[in-house]
Amino acid sequence: MISATQQKIADELDVRARKYLRGDGANLETLRDKKLKGQLANREKLYGQSAKAAAKAEKWLLPSEEGYLEPEGLEKTWMIKQESIVREVDISSFRKPFDMILPDLGPYKLEYTPSGRYMVMGGRKGHLAMIDMLNMNLIKEFQVRETVRDVVFLQNEQFFAVAQKKYPYIYNWRGTEIHCLKEHGAALKLQFLDKHFLLASVNKSAQLHYQDVSTGVIVANYRTGLGRTDVMQVNPYNAVIGLGHSAGKVTMWKPTSAKPLVTMLCHFGPVTDIAFHKGGHLMATTGMDHKIKLWDIRKFGLLHSYTAHAQMLDFSQKGMLALGNKSHVHIWRDSGNQDYKQYMSHEMVKGYQLAKVCFRPYEDVLGIGHSMGLSSIIVPGAGEPNFDSWVANPYETKKQRREKEVHALIDKLQPETIMLEPTKIGTLKPRRTKANPTKKEIQEEMETAIDAAKNITFKKKTKGRNKPSKRTKKKEEGVFKAKRPFLEQKTEERPFKRQKEEVELPKALQRFSRKKA
Amino acid sequence: MKVKVISRSTEEFTRERSQDLQKVFRNYDPNLRTLEKAVEYTRALNAAKLEKIFAKPFIGAMDGHIDAVSCMTKNPNHLKGIFSGSMDGDIRLWDLATRKTVNQFPGHQGAVRGLTTSTDGDRLLSCGTDCTVRLWKVPVLEMTDPNESNEDCSKPLAVYVWKHAFWAIDHQWDGNLFATAGTQVEIWDQNRSEPINTFEWGKDTTVSVRFNPGEPDLLATSASDRSIAIYDLRMSSPARKLIMQANEDCNCYTYDGRKLNEAKLVHKDHVSAVMDIDYSPTGREFVTGSYDRTVRIFPFNGGHSREIYHTKRMQRVFCVRFSCDASYVISGSDDTNLRLWKAKASEQMGVLLPREKRKLEYLDAVKERYQHLTDVKRIVRHRHLPKPVYKAAALRRTMIEAENKKDERRRAHSAPGSIPVQPFRKRRIIKELE
Repeated sequence: MISATQQKIADELDVRARKYLRGDGANLETLRDKKLKGQLANREKLYGQSAKAAAKAEKWLLPSEEGYLEPEGLEKTWMIKQESIVREVDISSFRKPFDMILPDLGPYKLEYTPSGRYMVMGGRKGHLAMIDMLNMNLIKEFQVRETVRDVVFLQNEQFFAVAQKKYPYIYNWRGTEIHCLKEHGAALKLQFLDKHFLLASVNKSAQLHYQDVSTGVIVANYRTGLGRTDVMQVNPYNAVIGLGHSAGKVTMWKPTSAKPLVTMLCHFGPVTDIAFHKGGHLMATTGMDHKIKLWDIRKFGLLHSYTAHAQMLDFSQKGMLALGNKSHVHIWRDSGNQDYKQYMSHEMVKGYQLAKVCFRPYEDVLGIGHSMGLSSIIVPGAGEPNFDSWVANPYETKKQRREKEVHALIDKLQPETIMLEPTKIGTLKPRRTKANPTKKEIQEEMETAIDAAKNITFKKKTKGRNKPSKRTKKKEEGVFKAKRPFLEQKTEERPFKRQKEEVELPKALQRFSRKKA
Repeated sequence: MKVKVISRSTEEFTRERSQDLQKVFRNYDPNLRTLEKAVEYTRALNAAKLEKIFAKPFIGAMDGHIDAVSCMTKNPNHLKGIFSGSMDGDIRLWDLATRKTVNQFPGHQGAVRGLTTSTDGDRLLSCGTDCTVRLWKVPVLEMTDPNESNEDCSKPLAVYVWKHAFWAIDHQWDGNLFATAGTQVEIWDQNRSEPINTFEWGKDTTVSVRFNPGEPDLLATSASDRSIAIYDLRMSSPARKLIMQANEDCNCYTYDGRKLNEAKLVHKDHVSAVMDIDYSPTGREFVTGSYDRTVRIFPFNGGHSREIYHTKRMQRVFCVRFSCDASYVISGSDDTNLRLWKAKASEQMGVLLPREKRKLEYLDAVKERYQHLTDVKRIVRHRHLPKPVYKAAALRRTMIEAENKKDERRRAHSAPGSIPVQPFRKRRIIKELE
């Protein structure tokens, strides 16, 4: 006998395990090969077991729990100010929200490492700094005395790339210039694909460059042909790059095709920012047409459209959406069915212009770069509470970092592995359908086409066009039109046969040929 | 208002002392590891490449004989012992670990044709073209000094003289009978000077004899009249016989002993006659040595070889053996040498740490998972072949294709059903006798 609580736990584990199964199992019923069927059934069983073990580990072994913000009584979450949150939280979280006033060299762009430990920031007027966020330690600060448009970390905190006035540069953590990437030109935005070791940039003349930073090879260089843009974002699910253009289009790119994989018309007006959900199914775009739109990028369909103003977007690990608009920050949250509702809001000092909003991974913190420096606020429930030491470890030691870099290089993915559906790798092409349909199939197809033509209902028309004779005539025409392609197919086949029969015999032999009935 | 935020104390997530192990935290969420399949595929590809890089199967040659090595047998008592007999009548006991001769038996007058050890591993039996079977005492291998043997092996314990030259010998797996093959098949007891039983079926010479490891009373022989016969010691006459038209056609045939009308499987790959065959102790693989100067390892249920071993200096291979722990292969060839090979070409020898072992298991698993993809398959399958073998294989392929084509045409031009399609497994069988 299973008690009610045991049953409840089993049910919960089943629900949790679904995530780890990564989709339904293969349909083995259709297989005729018994040996293969047995092997695959065994494999499926193993998958089920491992998913269950993972679900159990998730339920019982994870050390930390997600953050939350719950209103009481008439309170609303978006009315709660940062000051009141800070008063409630523990002392280590108390240090996390801050305002760094740097009035001279702003507005600031910022970027976190995937583990959320380090932050690099770049002021528009050439101020670069790297900070260890764990103990708020300034690692290096220097000035390049040149326009800085974007900063991005490379494979770890040892290197970062900076898009400067004429070219992007790569610096190490000491602030030494390592490389000048002249091929990229005046890059407006940089992105790094960490599994592929590719640095992607889009420059002033709207060219998209991919450079392999481990070998230095320019992997691809494509003209987007859709005008200057600084809206670029990597989809973490499949490493496809999304670009937003001034005509309202969003295009998606991979390094092995010169044409965009997808072109979507998302806004009536320039696209100002795009963001991708970590699960890879959701894209948020915002444009100058005062719309924020959520897209399902599996079928490229619009999910929701909201009328709101935002210049910048970012998705958190747990799927919260940060919107930055002038000096306001809003955080939206999924309220079920991928419908995003306001969750929190934060007002900067009036007159501060936001330049970048960026969630810190594995923390409930949102970093904000603006014209007067840098701020960070607490957003409970934004970050993934449990990190995996082998994926991204905020407490990484020097040795672990070195080890990880070597392994990342060994497992470096080739640019060809970037595709819209990365789970396709290792699968087979579906078998081609039969080239020539059989006679029966053609007959059936023709019959359905004729039926469809017969069942058409016409609009009521005036001035004698609604006469029964006219209507029947029109219907007959429709039927004839539906029949025609099938009949033409048949006539095409016939002369071929006739030719075969009419083999020219020599005169002397013609009398022996069989007479036609 | 209730609020909770993620807050980690550094002490909880890092080690206390530098002697401690680093703390490891796992989160199996699929969203944290994107592009899983691409990563796995890359690992499979890298594993396949590494396997190729580390594939160095040849360990060493053991020289000492002054004529071609004709036969070998394992020492069931010692993992590292192997006996070999050569064409000049010399019999040696080798130590595989040091690759040196431990003991040299005086041997036969002519060529040694067969060697076998008794079940308990105390006695060695050899037969030769000098019409004698000799029984030797196996010296005990000393752990301390393998070079020094303290027992006198200069004389055989017994010499059985008989009427004809012997071609092969094999000892029962459980019991103290042994069988010899020559003009007839004889069954001997160690304590009798004459055979206790004699089988004869046809007039041709029997060239090999093997006992069934599972059924101690069953033995099979092959003869130069293209026949394979199965004998049962409990019966006075031979049990079954099969005549095949497969004389040195480079293939190995696996039969179900109960159904001889059809081979279970044909193992094709050699380009010249297969001289010797030995099953791995696990029974999952077997090794073959061939006249084409190569050694191949086949899976017991696979039609093509998993591995091919060759060196420039290795000549016609006359005998091959798996070692008793299934991790080495020993081949004896015409060039008077015994050669020691790894059974898995890229296997890392020595003790593996548990982490290493797990890593290798993981790599094997991903390799197996992506084995059907073209790149992985190409790398895993690729073997460098010596030019003559490569050319001979190509020639064989064209010949077989031509033969098949001819068959097809013949079938197309004759009455339907008059030339039935016969599977290759049946094609070589001429007759089955009871």
